[in-house]
Amino acid sequence: MWSAGSLESSAISSDDESYDTISTDVLIVGAGGAGLRAAIEAFDKGAKVLIACKSLLGKAHTVMAEGGIAASLGNVDPSDNWKVHFSDTIVEGQFLSNWKMVEIFAKEAPERVLELEYYGALFDRTKDGKIMQRPFGAHSYRRLCYIGDRTGLELIRTLQDQVIKRGIDYIDEVVVTSIFKDPATGRVAGAMAILLRSGKLLLIKCKAIILATGGCGKVYAVTSNSWESTGDGISLAYRAGAELMDMEMVQFHPTGMIFPAGVRGMLVTEAVRGEGGILTNVKGERFMEKYDPKRKELSARDVVARSIYTEIMEGRGTPNGGVYLDIRHRGAEYIKKRLPSMYAQFLEFAGIDITKQKMEVAPTVHYHMGGVRVDPETTETTLKGLFAAGEVACGLHGANRLGGNSLSDLLVFGRRAGLYAAEHARSATIGSISEEDIEKEISRILAPFKVTNGSNPFELKERVAETMWKYVGIVRNEQDLRKGLEEIGRIRLEAKHVQARGPRAYNQSWEACLSLWNMLIDCEAIIRSAIVRKESRGAHTRSDYPKKDNANWLVNIVIKQKDGQMIHELVPVPKIPPDMEKLINTDEILVWQQQEKREQLLVRK
Amino acid sequence: MSLRKEERREVVLRIFRGTGSDRSKDRYETFTVPYQKDMVVLNAIHYIQSHLDSSLSARWNCKAGRCGSCSAEINGVPRLMCKTLVDRYDGEITVEPMKAFPLIRDLVTDVSDNYRVAKMIPPFTPSVATDHVWRMYQEDVEKSQEFRKCIECFLCQDVCHVIREHKAEYIGPRFVVKAASLDMHPLDALNRSAFMKDNAGLGYCNITKCCQEICPEHITITDNAIIPEKERVVDRHYDPLVWLYRKITYRSVKQNAKQ
Repeated sequence: MWSAGSLESSAISSDDESYDTISTDVLIVGAGGAGLRAAIEAFDKGAKVLIACKSLLGKAHTVMAEGGIAASLGNVDPSDNWKVHFSDTIVEGQFLSNWKMVEIFAKEAPERVLELEYYGALFDRTKDGKIMQRPFGAHSYRRLCYIGDRTGLELIRTLQDQVIKRGIDYIDEVVVTSIFKDPATGRVAGAMAILLRSGKLLLIKCKAIILATGGCGKVYAVTSNSWESTGDGISLAYRAGAELMDMEMVQFHPTGMIFPAGVRGMLVTEAVRGEGGILTNVKGERFMEKYDPKRKELSARDVVARSIYTEIMEGRGTPNGGVYLDIRHRGAEYIKKRLPSMYAQFLEFAGIDITKQKMEVAPTVHYHMGGVRVDPETTETTLKGLFAAGEVACGLHGANRLGGNSLSDLLVFGRRAGLYAAEHARSATIGSISEEDIEKEISRILAPFKVTNGSNPFELKERVAETMWKYVGIVRNEQDLRKGLEEIGRIRLEAKHVQARGPRAYNQSWEACLSLWNMLIDCEAIIRSAIVRKESRGAHTRSDYPKKDNANWLVNIVIKQKDGQMIHELVPVPKIPPDMEKLINTDEILVWQQQEKREQLLVRK
Repeated sequence: MSLRKEERREVVLRIFRGTGSDRSKDRYETFTVPYQKDMVVLNAIHYIQSHLDSSLSARWNCKAGRCGSCSAEINGVPRLMCKTLVDRYDGEITVEPMKAFPLIRDLVTDVSDNYRVAKMIPPFTPSVATDHVWRMYQEDVEKSQEFRKCIECFLCQDVCHVIREHKAEYIGPRFVVKAASLDMHPLDALNRSAFMKDNAGLGYCNITKCCQEICPEHITITDNAIIPEKERVVDRHYDPLVWLYRKITYRSVKQNAKQ
């Protein structure tokens, strides 16, 4: 394997412009669920693969996924099938999803989950020995396959083992800074990267690139997302000329921790509500009965998040600025068994025993439905040779993602990205990259070392995050959005003079400069799209346009670059063909609850 | 826990600074950061980066105790910075990189050797075909599930005195746990005891349980993984009855137990 920055090598000077060059067929940026699954597929299809990830291998944000993987195996509710999963996803995505993508997703999710088991994952079991499935918000049936509340960890470890077993090449702790195109063909030809550990530069020549870089939650002050979620993939794609879509659709997870301050925003899994957790306000009212009498706590995420927000804003929040989430009635043994990580998380971080005390929660930025626009079948972006899968891609979740759909998204479209990138690589040759492009990029990324008395990138990142939280939050209006856009513009000016301090090796302030620039592009695209969409739909709520407007807004907002400017276009959502439309059923909501009642009656008899 | 918690206004941290390429410049620097209720060491590190010295390097990722990136030695004890409340300590808090791994810079060490070791372990090999739905029972998967809680923070590798002394020979607690998680998969076909004996250096471990004590995921590493793996080696290689039984039946004890 190619070795990343050996330690024996001496330190390099901060203005060192030299770089190493390597080539591969398929470069995969990111090693979360989508990136690893893509790598396995591309490798198995005969492509030479290189994974480049920003964190250590196995640390990607996927490890944070808790609740489960949605797939209509029907192990607990035999009437479940892909058609119901299709319908649930379309309906809760508020008809903004690409129907073809949802169809592929719902059909392929069960085989991807079984395949994970064949790879060695150990799911929790039903009484008859099959994969156990739990209920989750707005899924009609008990559909989430899980391993306690650490499903993402098992998923990533299993795929990581498969990558290691196959001997697939990877370099971890590497920052991909730009995508290069062949000037003659306009196709993807390679990427520039920084090896964090040594601080050296690396040019990776390749035939195809798969972006699997995850989301951009870090552009918000309160988020469940980890360090690397700075939307690098969105920025890479945009700067290379690919199109973005639905950028205004940012999911606020209803339940994040609110204290201690240091962990504000840390996720409280939806599984707590799936397992029967009840939300109450400071008066002790179960307020979800008011907002969604039928589904209550298990309503869609956007509905629950908005309900909590409303309770807090109207003065019925807790003194700490949240609402209560209560699971005590399930009993200590049940809670420790089904929600072990939540039990430990509250005990260790907040000193709260959730088997005896209520939790306090408030919405936290969790997921980005928007991202890079892709072909529903091949995951290819609008740039030839560039593919995208997982959170960085767009089109599956519409205006609101269902819990559990993201892990199956990683597997289904991660595999497809690997498959089609390998296919593309088979027929393509490695393109050429112009010396001028390389020089330009190197001088761009080394600029922060040449600045003196410049601004601190960590501080500017905090300002970006506070700005987005303040002006582009859970409920938006034109005035605030415009203020947000202005403030982001001001920060962009300051960001031209950010300074990297210290030597090149493992220089996080340098990385912070580069990811700050990426974040600013993400923010601009989010705000511009949010201003454009003059209605409220799913995760996008406008107080100045509070109603859903199907007559005008069944469109996707596409963002792209034209002559160095960010522009937008409105593209109608692809029409669902009549035979697929027949499957959509809004009445079948939470059918499993009636079924569970029937089962309980049977047991009693 | 400090009794003077409510009076605390600031936290003083003594932090190791240095680069792997030039160890002659190793030093400690002291930083004072404002105290916040229930803050953890990682919060203090972030404060330093944003307000005092942006050149400080510290690896971190999820800030939630889930990814195992922010391993360090805090007042000499291997811990996750994101899960260590500053209130644990009364005075100055010393933060150093893990000592069992080569230094890269400041609090960041090179843990890549762990991935080399991971490659050595014989991978999961199903004992049944993948053309049908597998049946396993909750009570049978739970043993292995305990080991799969591992977040690969490598604190157990750091604390292990065997690794510090015989690095090349012993794979270390993390990887005994890994092997055990595969061995205890109800549908795994392999027997890793020869590997554990000859290649993994399991014999070096003299069960001092240091790893078990510091595991942030509270995996009972020694009792549930290392000791059973040691027993498996002994059963297979030293028990004459087992040897004789195997000679006669040509069946591994493990496969037998499965049926």
